[in-house]
Amino acid sequence: MSETVTADVVRRVAELALLELKDDEVARMQKDLNAILGHIDQLNELDTAGVPPMAQVSEILGGQVEASAEALREDVVRPSIDRNAVLREAPEADHRFFKVPKVIER
Amino acid sequence: MNLETLSIDQARAALTSGETTATALAEAHYERIAQKDDEINSYLSLAKDRALAQAAKIDALLKAGDPLPPLAGIPLGIKDVLTMVGSPATAGSKILEGYHPPYDCTAVAKLEAAGAVLLGKLNCDEFAMGSSNENSAYGPVHNPRALDRVPGGSSGGSAAAVAAGFCVASLGTDTGGSIRQPAAFCGVTGLLPTWGRVSRFGLIAFASSLDRIGPFTKNVKDAATLLGVMAGSDIMDATASHTPVNDYVAESQKPVAGLKIGVPEEYFGEGLDPEIRAAVEKSIADLKAAGCEIKKISLPHTRYAIPTYYVIATAEASSNLSRFDGVRFGLRDKSASTLTGMYRQTRDAGFGAEVKRRILLGTYALSAGYYDAYYKKAQQVRTLLTRDFLSAFNEVDAIVTPMTPTPAFKLGEKTDDPVAMYLADVYTVAASLAGICGVSVPCGNTKDGLPIGVQILGKHFEEGMALRVAQAVENSQP
Repeated sequence: MSETVTADVVRRVAELALLELKDDEVARMQKDLNAILGHIDQLNELDTAGVPPMAQVSEILGGQVEASAEALREDVVRPSIDRNAVLREAPEADHRFFKVPKVIER
Repeated sequence: MNLETLSIDQARAALTSGETTATALAEAHYERIAQKDDEINSYLSLAKDRALAQAAKIDALLKAGDPLPPLAGIPLGIKDVLTMVGSPATAGSKILEGYHPPYDCTAVAKLEAAGAVLLGKLNCDEFAMGSSNENSAYGPVHNPRALDRVPGGSSGGSAAAVAAGFCVASLGTDTGGSIRQPAAFCGVTGLLPTWGRVSRFGLIAFASSLDRIGPFTKNVKDAATLLGVMAGSDIMDATASHTPVNDYVAESQKPVAGLKIGVPEEYFGEGLDPEIRAAVEKSIADLKAAGCEIKKISLPHTRYAIPTYYVIATAEASSNLSRFDGVRFGLRDKSASTLTGMYRQTRDAGFGAEVKRRILLGTYALSAGYYDAYYKKAQQVRTLLTRDFLSAFNEVDAIVTPMTPTPAFKLGEKTDDPVAMYLADVYTVAASLAGICGVSVPCGNTKDGLPIGVQILGKHFEEGMALRVAQAVENSQP
């Protein structure tokens, strides 16, 4: 059985994920995470010693999905998306850079 | 012209015979959307300028008697997790409000290059996370077959728009069942291509080792047609396979006599609605009558698919969704005075409860001290689940299962219980984890008139075989 997730653990994980949670959200998430992790605990019924982990499908097919060398495109310069078109979508930009609030406090 | 049943072949015949024009066909769909979509809420935005410009081009070809591309004038809807220049891309989330992507999704661009008319963007669960379309920041979608019920999710808008005659076909995405389950709930055909078969460039990522793009259509042949247009490698997506693209339409129309069909006992256990069981068993009997050999098989790790999926999908989501931080696109909370404060407040204001829940679960599963117990363990079970399918496909050509344990449920019925909602994915997630292909095809209705779907699973890159068996199921419907 996994240990129970406490409200403090929820707050710490939220901080890692850069999520801000209100107190009522912490309580709700604590309840939900414990319910879901309780279900996930079933995986411990299986002995997986020696079973290789699978990150994606191509591994188990022996590279069939990304025909190895072919998956790399030719190394040539191509036009990319216009910088102004990208910066136009930013909440704050100055035609050259994305702008963000101050990073370092003096 | 009945838009609810209009297929690609019928639309093409109406265009070439002069019965209609591409412009008139697009306008007829827009008119129907204007009249009826208020009660369904399937479209989030319409792309009238782009659609009508494309329709005019097709009409010029028609007028000149020039050869027509394969999807000439066919009106399509696009799930709003795929980018389309000129249209907002919300992914069903407040955090992308106002974002207009400056590039086209490869799959969408290929459809347009083949003549399709892109009508607009379709509602979905926020970042494709959900099984009922109730997690959209822009309101739930209602099932056209029963307005008090969900259309399924996460591609609920894509399934509902096809069922309601708001487009001839649509694109959705499937990470853990998000094409197949809504197709079953709305009574349309949905195709899950093999992982890597269709480029994901321009798909707003949820879980990259699982995400796939596929079509919703009114029949199996249309799904084969759209796959043929979209499939293939892409210099913008290194995970798009170089495996040769087949003639899926030709393969789907071959007879099924002599094929071996596997029926896995694990998919017919407790919790399966009796009316769905009966309809799926009827489809299996129909395949037998068409000359297929039916074999009982076992996929022994099936019951571990949901817990495996919810570890892997949320871990990948917690990583993919870190890009939504108020810097480059969409929403920014401007009240914060520090960078970290801005990140946190933007993400708090922009993400809905289910997205936060999954980011937290994924971050927890990947965090120091838990990685081996959850993430690595789930990846090992993923290997076992995939081996189940690989050994089954040594014995059979395709596998037939129910698509969903129940028909479409009522709006609000499961929103307070995330575990109950996740369990609705019981028949879909194993194929997602294994990367194999599948088709969701209608196989009847409950006595209350709710659609029932059957799932046909095929080996990696054998979409032609899955579509062929799906076509036989479709042929046996009254």
